[in-house]
Amino acid sequence: MASRNTIVAHVEDRPGVLARVASLFRRRGFNIESLTVGHCEEPGLSRMTIVVDGDDHQVDQVCRQLFKLIDVVSVQDITYAPMVDRELALIKVSASNFNRREVLDMVEMFRADVVDVDADALIVQVLGDEGKVDAAVKMFEQFGILEMVRTGRVAMVRGTETTKPPAISDSQQAAAAIRAMLGRRPEGALPFASD
Amino acid sequence: MRLTGARILMECLRAEGVEVFFGYPGGVVLPLYNTLGEYPDIKHVLVRHEQAAAHAADGYARVAGRTGVCLATSGPGATNLVTGITTAYMDSVPMVVLTGNVARDLIGRDGFQEADITGITLPITKHNYLLMRASEIAPAVKEAFHIASTGRKGPVLVDIPKDVFIEEAEWDGYPQGVSLRGYPIMDVPREEEVARAAETINAAKRPIVIAGHGVVQSEAQHELVEFAERSDTPVLTTLLGISGMPEDHELSYGFLGMHGHFYANMAADRADVVIGIGMRFDDRAMGRFSDFNPTAKIVHIDIDPAEIGKNFKTHAPVNGDVKETLSRLLPQIDRNSHPEWRSEIDEIMAQHPTDYIEEGTGLGGPWLVRALAEATNGEATIVTGVGQHQMWGAQYYPYTKARQWVTSGGLGTMGYEVPAAMGAQFAQQEPIWSICGDGGFQMTSQELQTVAEHNLPVRFAIFNNGFLGMVRQWQELFYANNYHSVDLGQPDFVKLAEAYGIRGVRATTRAEAMQVFRDLEGYDGPVVIDFQLEREENVWPMVPAGAALSETIESAEDL
Repeated sequence: MASRNTIVAHVEDRPGVLARVASLFRRRGFNIESLTVGHCEEPGLSRMTIVVDGDDHQVDQVCRQLFKLIDVVSVQDITYAPMVDRELALIKVSASNFNRREVLDMVEMFRADVVDVDADALIVQVLGDEGKVDAAVKMFEQFGILEMVRTGRVAMVRGTETTKPPAISDSQQAAAAIRAMLGRRPEGALPFASD
Repeated sequence: MRLTGARILMECLRAEGVEVFFGYPGGVVLPLYNTLGEYPDIKHVLVRHEQAAAHAADGYARVAGRTGVCLATSGPGATNLVTGITTAYMDSVPMVVLTGNVARDLIGRDGFQEADITGITLPITKHNYLLMRASEIAPAVKEAFHIASTGRKGPVLVDIPKDVFIEEAEWDGYPQGVSLRGYPIMDVPREEEVARAAETINAAKRPIVIAGHGVVQSEAQHELVEFAERSDTPVLTTLLGISGMPEDHELSYGFLGMHGHFYANMAADRADVVIGIGMRFDDRAMGRFSDFNPTAKIVHIDIDPAEIGKNFKTHAPVNGDVKETLSRLLPQIDRNSHPEWRSEIDEIMAQHPTDYIEEGTGLGGPWLVRALAEATNGEATIVTGVGQHQMWGAQYYPYTKARQWVTSGGLGTMGYEVPAAMGAQFAQQEPIWSICGDGGFQMTSQELQTVAEHNLPVRFAIFNNGFLGMVRQWQELFYANNYHSVDLGQPDFVKLAEAYGIRGVRATTRAEAMQVFRDLEGYDGPVVIDFQLEREENVWPMVPAGAALSETIESAEDL
């Protein structure tokens, strides 16, 4: 069964690293729903949240192929982990004196914010998980959406657990940590078993 | 000490112990060529086309067991390397590829002979670098050699703009180590994975090993034999795994796949446990995936975690270096014997031998490879191109020493045979035998000049049937004899050799071929031999494209 999966990757903050990741996805025929990249708590590393379509086997391949890139320091599939995921959307909604109140009611209902006002339009900022953003977009459509941008998903595992890459200089330990990270069954003793 | 980028690069190559590299000059690498004279210990071989530089470095790497190095200028020089880089990438051959690029301020401005070679080679290199400072050269070259030659080996490209060759930087010796956080060495397998593999293998009644290029690359021939003997497991190889298992061993059953031995294909298809070692369950080896031996449990040992579970569900995955893993696995393997299973395979072999040698006096591919094997005592290093001659070379020569067999498997690059044999000859004294197709030979025959220049004792044995033989075979069998664009004509290869000052000979009968082999004994220069083959011979057995291994056919009547 195909579903949307969330992968977190830490990559070296170097020129070309995004091209490497994109090239890999294109070459292997993996389907990216969204990819966000930005700084993280460790200088020199960037953190990617990648949403991919695919079944378990495909997502497993994505992780393993991603990790083969030298600039990719760690890869974790957090689809099944308890996590918080958020997306931000800016929606330019058509709004005039006749219906501005209705638009604002809708903004309030979604606990969204108005970040720009013009005589004939508003920019609404919606923050939430994708379901909420989808719903907001659907409701604003009745007023006329002039333009829209969505950031794509960013995600973080709940609790004290992190997706931070192991800061290990010993190659053996690093290999063990990486092997523990890869694979879709975090509880299994054999993360590479696929039967 | 301050050195130019060009000198730093050469110091790095010297520190890596590079003895020979293959290159072709051009505008932006002139600063580098300007320093080559100061490094006479690093032999530069001038090829006649950049593609040949890459294939030569690849052939050298496979025979020497070391990292091959090649060099080209920017733009067309760099793009001409692409086929050679991809060939090495697909077959996991360690290679460091050096390219020049236009000066830094011209990059991205479509200057003369600019090509985005790091962009172009993203999907065909293990890693690549575009260096913007001379001070980056030493650490990058150190990393490049490290990445190319460890883990699953492969080509790494280092692109250096012209003015970076000229820029000076501090040189305080070659870096001692690398710091690559995203590239841990994964040689040592997890204990629990080894244990599970051992358990599966010990419980097997009809086990089979399929050994791949990884056995050759991690130099695990000895461990493989020990494993096979201890567990009494018949051993097959993939096309690239040939020479990883000595074929004179009683447990060796040759290679499997599209043109593998009938009995090898059947053994793989009837086994209860399939032990893949340093291989990747490629479609040409396994036939139609969905119908490959559905009841077999698969044990898969490979250095690359992404290969495990890629094409088949794996019962016992082991991520680790082949040699390292086998030596850890061995103590856990029970002494076993499978006489019934072995006699079952032996019986299939007796009934379906790969022995398509026809009576007569004319030259056929199988006969010729057998004759070559006899003439060379089965000890020659064989390099091939791609096609019928390659398959006959794989089927009929008895390989016993690792690295004795060099071929383009994954990419299937015609024209590989000439430059790869040339490069390989720099790794050994004994003459290399290059089994060439007449089609492939014509793709890269310009290298005869390089071969002549260095008086390399390569024997180019052209299996000349005037056809693009394998394509013709497919047109005959699967396109109702509708031959199109496969008749290559027959240039006079003897005269061509002589034009380069190389000894050229021709044989059209078996007697003449035997005479050629005798005449060449002790000759230490290059030779081109035009073996005129029967024109329409087919390679058997065969798994038709898209068929399963169990559907291997032995003649056109089986279709």
